[in-house]
This record gives sequence, C-alpha cells and structure tokens, in this order.
Amino acid sequence: MSVIEKSAVDLKKLLEQGELSSVQLVSACLDQIAEHDTKIHAFLKVNSNEALQHAEAIDARRQQGKPLGLLAGIPVAVKDLVCTKGYATTCGSRMLENFIPPYDATVIRRLKEADAIIIGKTNMDEFAMGSSNENSAFGPTRNPWNTAAIPGGSSGGSAACVAASMSPLSIGSDTGGSIRQPAALTGVTGMKPTYGRVSRYGLIAFASSLDQIGPMARSTADVALMLQVLAGHDAHDSTSANVPVPDYLANLERPLKGLRIGWVREHYGEGLDAEVEKSARESIEVYKSLGATIEEVSLSHSKYGVATYYIIAPSEASSNLARYDGVHYGYRTNEKEMLKRLADEARGHDPATIDNALVRMYRQSRAEGFGPEVKRRIMLGTYALSAGYYEAYYLKALKVRRLIREDYDRALEKVDLILGPTTPTAAFPIGECAEDPLSMYLADIYTVTTNLAGLPGISIPCGLTSAGMPIGLHLQAGPFEEEKLLRAAQMFQSATEWHKARPESL
Amino acid sequence: MKLDSQTVERVSLLARLQLSADELKSMTEQMGHILEYVRQLDELDTSGVEPMAHAIDMCNVFAEDVHTPGLSREEALANAPNHDEECFRVPAVLG
Repeated sequence: MSVIEKSAVDLKKLLEQGELSSVQLVSACLDQIAEHDTKIHAFLKVNSNEALQHAEAIDARRQQGKPLGLLAGIPVAVKDLVCTKGYATTCGSRMLENFIPPYDATVIRRLKEADAIIIGKTNMDEFAMGSSNENSAFGPTRNPWNTAAIPGGSSGGSAACVAASMSPLSIGSDTGGSIRQPAALTGVTGMKPTYGRVSRYGLIAFASSLDQIGPMARSTADVALMLQVLAGHDAHDSTSANVPVPDYLANLERPLKGLRIGWVREHYGEGLDAEVEKSARESIEVYKSLGATIEEVSLSHSKYGVATYYIIAPSEASSNLARYDGVHYGYRTNEKEMLKRLADEARGHDPATIDNALVRMYRQSRAEGFGPEVKRRIMLGTYALSAGYYEAYYLKALKVRRLIREDYDRALEKVDLILGPTTPTAAFPIGECAEDPLSMYLADIYTVTTNLAGLPGISIPCGLTSAGMPIGLHLQAGPFEEEKLLRAAQMFQSATEWHKARPESL
Repeated sequence: MKLDSQTVERVSLLARLQLSADELKSMTEQMGHILEYVRQLDELDTSGVEPMAHAIDMCNVFAEDVHTPGLSREEALANAPNHDEECFRVPAVLG
C-alpha cells in the first residue's frame, strides 16, 4: 500500500516511529495532486512550497525530540471558505477572487497548533450554495470514481481530494448536507458536528444558524482524530457551545452495547433509488449482526425539510451576503463604465427613477461578482424576509423548523441513533440538473433536517452501485453525541470494507 | 398568487442586484417555481408553535468592554478595490 493510501492514524504512527518523514508524505501527496488534479480539479490553490517548508520544520522538531501536536506533519486540505491569513480565500466566487484574509479562522489556528500541514484550498460551490460543485466560478470538480459525474457539493473539492488520495484529511462545511452528501457520493467519511461544536469564527458565512465546519477522511478513526483538534468553545464565536470536548479516540474501538437504531418510515418511498435503498437495508442487517436492535421511527415532517430549508437558508444568506458591496473588499465593478452608463440612462429621465451612483455600484458589483445560484438565493431570501411576505414565508418556516426538531427529540427518546441513506441517488452526471434548480435542491432531502435541528450527522461508505459508484449511510444522533456517532460508525467500519474501496484509476 | 416581474424588479433593488432583461425573466420564472414548491408549508397547522430561529437553546453572550487590538489601517485597506491610503473611496453620495 502506497503512503498516500494510508490512514492518518497509520501515518501518525509511521511518522512517530521515524519510518516516514513528513517531507516524504507531503511530497507524495503533491505528486498525486500534480498527476491527477488537472482532471479532477479538487484544488483551487496548492500550497506546495510552504507545505514542504513546514514539513521540513516539523521533521526537524521531531528529530530534536521537541513536543508536537496531534496532527504533526500530516497534510490537511481546507475548503476555500475558511479564512487562511495571507493566503487567498475565494469561496469559489469571483466576488472574492482576490481576497486575502487578514486573519486565520479558529479551526486554522487549531490545525496549526496541532502542527498539521495545510496543503491547499479546495474547490467548492460558490458561497457554499449547491450540491454538485458545479456552481464554482472556477470550474467544477469531478468525481474521482467517474470524472463525468459530480462529486457532490458544496464541499466537493474537499471530498474529491480525499477520495483521490491527494490528502489523507480535509475540512469542509455543512449547511444542508455539504459535507455528508459529497462524502457519500465519493465514498469517504464525513461528519457535520452538532451546531456550536466547532467554531465558525473565520468561516465565511452562508447561513449562520445552519453552518458547521467538519472533518472528512477515509475512515472514522481519522475523522475522530480531526474532530479532536477542531472541536471546542471559542470566545470569538458567540454561537460556540461551552460544552467540554470528550476524548473521541479513547473509546472509539469499543462497540456500543445495546445500541438501538431507528430507521425512518418516511425515508423510503418515491425518489429513493432502488440500489441505494438496498444498500441502506443491508447496512441495517450489518448492525443487527453486531447486536443492535432496529426499530421503525417516524419523523413525520421529513417531507417539509427541503421547503423549510430553502426558505431559512436563503433568508439568512441574503443577510450574510449583504456585506459584499464592493466597498471594503471583494469585487467592484468598473466605475468609469458604470458612471457612463448611468449618465446615459439619466438623460431625459426623472433622476428619482434612476439609481444613484453608489447604489448602482452595489448593484453592478454584486451582479457581476456573484454567480446565478447565489443571486437566486439572495433574491429568494430578500423576498421571504420583505414586508408583507415575512410571516407567510420566513416565520412559517421557523415554526416548521421547531416541528422538525420535535420529531427528532421524540424519536431519539426511543432510539440512540437514526440511520438511513445519505442521498436519494448516487452521483449523477455533470450538467444533469443544470436547467432545474429545484431538482438539485431535492438531492438534499435526507441531510437538511439535521442542520435545521442542529444535530450531528455522519456519512460513511456502505456500498457501490452496479455502475461502481459509492453509496453513503447516514447516521444522526442527539446534540453533542459525536462520540456515539463515531463509535457506531467504527462498529460498521470494523465489520465491512466499503470505506477501503478506492477509485481504480487513482 | 403568481410572482410577477415587477415584484422581482423591486426585490432586486432591495437585494442590490442588477438584473438584465433576460435575467429578470428567468429569475421570475425560477423564483416563482421555487416559491410555489415552498408554499406546501401552508399544509401544516402551526398555530401555537413558537418559531425556532436557532438550533440550540442559546443565551446572549457578553464580553468585557475591554479594548483589544484590531486591524491596522494598512491591513484594513489591503483588500480595498479603491482607497487613498487613508479611507475607502466610493462614488460621491451627496451632492
């Protein structure tokens, strides 16, 4: 097994035992990127020089017997909406194409303190809006299992680079499924922690009550290792939870005795691909063979999840993205051309009906800087929050949100975990949903309710379709029960080999 | 209640987005389609249900009113599309 196929946990041992240097490891990853990323396009920027320099420094400190962090010398790829000081952070958008953050996000600070090596910034749907990575202003990312297919989104780059063995670890963000869905479609393990578990300071915001940063890797143990570094209270994020972080690795291998799993009646029906369903049901049998009991539960408001999400998320986005006005940072329209056009329009018209120059600068900068999906969601959100519509849309959605959360609370009294397919289908071809935004939204049906309820969720590989495409299993638990999720996922990965499968050509 | 393009034009001003004539047409269509889909929430009786803006029960978090270092002027202007070393420059607002 080549070094790039090894897990982070194994790499850590090899590095600690002196059998591998970080320079060797980082070089191997960079070689893999150089060989395959022109095709896959997982990365927007690769940090080659700094990564190798950092690796050298870590190797030297290790040789000198100096103390090292939990992820010392191990490469991590970072989704390009997490602020990295002095290093471009674009959110996959022309609006921030040249934006250089003046600070590090808290998760970056934590990764640096753990001596991880940030190997590059990964491609994503613009401002985290999308489920296919086709909405990037810089071109799509392709699924390493079939380059004609989507890798999922919006953390498509973070998922693809791990699936393609370009980095053992990556971080993504998840607002409606953006870690879990690409993890499922690319055959990797990805977790969205409980809302508030990981700091959002430095995470460029899409929807503030839904966003969470989370780890992606090729195994549960690796995800647990990363979560250990990322999780914790942060004074810079007022929504960060002041809840102690357990040792996620300590009990990881201990199976959960008397595990009660719930499968959701409403998940199985129209729209769920037959092979995905078969794989989910087979996974239930695996858990039964491991001693778990399975029970049917009802999340009766499941079918309203997508509608609720696609009111709340765009509403919050319309507010969060109002800051992109071309004034302090980000894209500004060509002022000379804009002023000339404005003067032309003003000729022979009542000035009160024409935008003033500043307003036109905002409108033009935003129109040129944002892509179509971002504009669509800003428009939807603005409409849903505007006078006359606020009660019917936004407030209504917030009420249904509570009903969705109450469904989970009731179900989680009867069972420890909820299990089901992560996505209704495996990866579809690039371009398939291009004409119909709503059909894309429906791909999120199983994941959005987790974000609405603020709960943790993990996707682990559980099968391949007859076309050889990965299928993901979705586990959800109660607030701050990441340990339970990780242990249950580990039980599955100790009894199956799906997470070890690799795309052949890579 | 079908969505009309005048409403969409008005919303585009609120959203500070300039839409071309073509974009106005497709935006009206697409938004209309999505808004129709989300109206299914009307099927639910939510009388007496408290809106839930936040996933987890939160309290407001306060910090001591103590001065901590911020960005230097240089850092703050570093990403500006147009500045004069002192301020951000924009088209004239008044007069």
